[in-house]
Amino acid sequence: MGTFIMDGKEYEADESRTVLEIAKEHGIDIPTLCHHKSLPPYGACRLCLVEIIWGKKSKLYTACTYPAWERMIVNTASEKVMRARRLILELLLAEAPASPEIREVAGKYGIRETRFRGRRKGEDNRCILCGLCTRICQDGLGISAIGIKGRGDKRDIATPFDQYSEVCTTCGSCVVVCPTGAIKLEDISRHAARPITSEFEVGLVSRPCIYIPFPQAAPNKPVIDRNNCMHFKKGTCKICQDVCPANAIDYSQQDEIIEEDVGAVVVATGFELLSDECYGEYGYGKYPDVISGLQFERLLSASGPTEGEVKRPSDGKVPESVVFIQCVGSRDLSKGISYCSKICCMYVAKHTMLYKHKVHDGQAYVFYIDIRSGGKNYEEFVRRAVEEDGAIYMRGRVSRIFERNGKLVVRGADTISGTSVEIDADLVVLATAMTAQPGIEKLAQKLGVSYDQYKFLSEAHPKLRPVETNTAGIFLAGACQAPKDIPEAVAQGGAAASKVLGLFSAEELSREPIVATVDEESCVGCFYCQMVCPYGAIEVKEIRDRMGNLVRTVASVNQGVCQGCGVCAAICRSNSIDLQGFLDEQVYAEINAL
Amino acid sequence: MESKERETEMGLTRGAGSKEGGNGWEPKITAFVCNWCTYAGADLAGTSRLKHSPQIRVIKLPCTGRIDPLFILKAFERGSDGVLVSGCHPGDCHYTSGNYHARRRFATFRKLLEFLGIDLRRVQFSWVSAAEGAKWAKMVNEVTRQVREMGPFEGYRKISDG
Repeated sequence: MGTFIMDGKEYEADESRTVLEIAKEHGIDIPTLCHHKSLPPYGACRLCLVEIIWGKKSKLYTACTYPAWERMIVNTASEKVMRARRLILELLLAEAPASPEIREVAGKYGIRETRFRGRRKGEDNRCILCGLCTRICQDGLGISAIGIKGRGDKRDIATPFDQYSEVCTTCGSCVVVCPTGAIKLEDISRHAARPITSEFEVGLVSRPCIYIPFPQAAPNKPVIDRNNCMHFKKGTCKICQDVCPANAIDYSQQDEIIEEDVGAVVVATGFELLSDECYGEYGYGKYPDVISGLQFERLLSASGPTEGEVKRPSDGKVPESVVFIQCVGSRDLSKGISYCSKICCMYVAKHTMLYKHKVHDGQAYVFYIDIRSGGKNYEEFVRRAVEEDGAIYMRGRVSRIFERNGKLVVRGADTISGTSVEIDADLVVLATAMTAQPGIEKLAQKLGVSYDQYKFLSEAHPKLRPVETNTAGIFLAGACQAPKDIPEAVAQGGAAASKVLGLFSAEELSREPIVATVDEESCVGCFYCQMVCPYGAIEVKEIRDRMGNLVRTVASVNQGVCQGCGVCAAICRSNSIDLQGFLDEQVYAEINAL
Repeated sequence: MESKERETEMGLTRGAGSKEGGNGWEPKITAFVCNWCTYAGADLAGTSRLKHSPQIRVIKLPCTGRIDPLFILKAFERGSDGVLVSGCHPGDCHYTSGNYHARRRFATFRKLLEFLGIDLRRVQFSWVSAAEGAKWAKMVNEVTRQVREMGPFEGYRKISDG
């Protein structure tokens, strides 16, 4: 291929690519409004006009559509181009006077006023008919909910017959891609958009279908939500792949099943919080300003949805009074949770202090039953929340939260003064109970680990063996075993790791001598034992005579695999296999003695 | 007063016999339990200082799947008035499937017992997990009460006498 000249320099020609593409690649700035990397070029806004010279002829063409032929000369900023650009900006300014984005681009070229008067839609108009919304809906997503109607000054973006669209999925792509914020979903669909809410931000903000779950995610790479992605649902879109400069997106990736042989497993599956809807009286889900402790944690976080400012979800105002309610679900047999969740007293104290540090005139109230602050410096910490940061602690439960005159009224008891109280709150935070991860019992059954009625995994001994389970090689750490806070979880993690190291550092594996043994004389070779052994510890042994002829086959126990359950001993028809340590003789002796 | 009533109910007071026993007869109940669930549950009842009837004699086995039906008959032969078999909940067996074998084995064995004319209420089965100390205590009290009502098991004594 040959070359062409752009702004005095030579570039390789490629008629399958546009002048704009090549200019962008080499850092030559050509302004655009209606261009999108993932959509076919349209040439609507005319802002990218450049001067193309063939021999003696010079004309203005849109760089976004013009192929990069060889032997042409391109000027992206000649006097002719700049004059045209300024005129176009004046026209755009007239067309969309209400758009700050157009003003900004125009301002860059010195255009602050326009001598033209837009007739299409008047002073409030922002739409410049760039067509990005219709192109993404049609070409990008294949939905075609909106299109361009009319001609001349009646040209506009609309749904068929100006009716609410039946096919619009409220995906919001048109809104995202519009350069001037002119298009509104309410004009297209009667349905409200249902955003996908971020799991990490506990539903406080929405997230796109391709997203990095949280800033510290490892690997720190985006993942595609297959259930909601338009490409996987309808085979359209592919915008993420088109815009990715590293060409890193591969839609054909599949889940892999990886098999590993391991010597030990540490289960550290963590916890989940009880649904905040457990107390209907508290109005979670009904009032947007009743939130869970985890949601408040995200509001406080500098990397959270409000960048660390405490703002009410309903209107974004800073709350002047926040009520914290402890023991929501915990210690309540009627909710099926009779245990204490351990962490709430401490994190609520922390929340009151952080809230006070951020909102100096704010007042925090805490409804509690007891204060459980048993760790190192924990009690002093809670005292500081009261004495230094002015948190008001009331011993009593909350019976109801309701709205009155635009405020959330929290009605509860103060048992120390013996009165009922009503507090007008701007925000209510519920300290809900810690529960085991849902579905953990399935994992536990696969691993052979026991669990209690709350699905917390059972340790081998509550005092002496807190990180081991009854199954050799499986260890526990963290909140999956019981509610606990970070220092305890870290300690358990270290303990579990050291148990694993202890297991691996021995040269031999020692085991209890409770294994099955076969009396080969009486074994008839029925192999019932082999059928019932859960570990496959029974092998076939051939008894041969001196000539090497097979006499009979009998069962034989692999003592490395046998776990000593004794099911084989109970099922043996010829009484040939018995469990050492629990021989039939020994059990009869016990029965006789008793 | 209240604790004395409870003690009577549990048969802890002397002379609490039943219809046929008289003479302060107390039922003898043999329990075959699995080491990992029920035995640990019974241990938990102990460490939690829960009280239950003392007539129960526990024989620890690694798994309920180890239990040969002959053990139960031997227990009756040696003077037990009731037998309790208790293991891990379905799905939770320490050895994966031992409790399932036990369940199937005893479903058939009960038919044999019925044929022999032994009152089926004398042989009871249950699942008690390692966390269920309170359930163990309650169950022992319940079984003891039932067996006490039924009176001593005469089946074997009659054979050996005549």
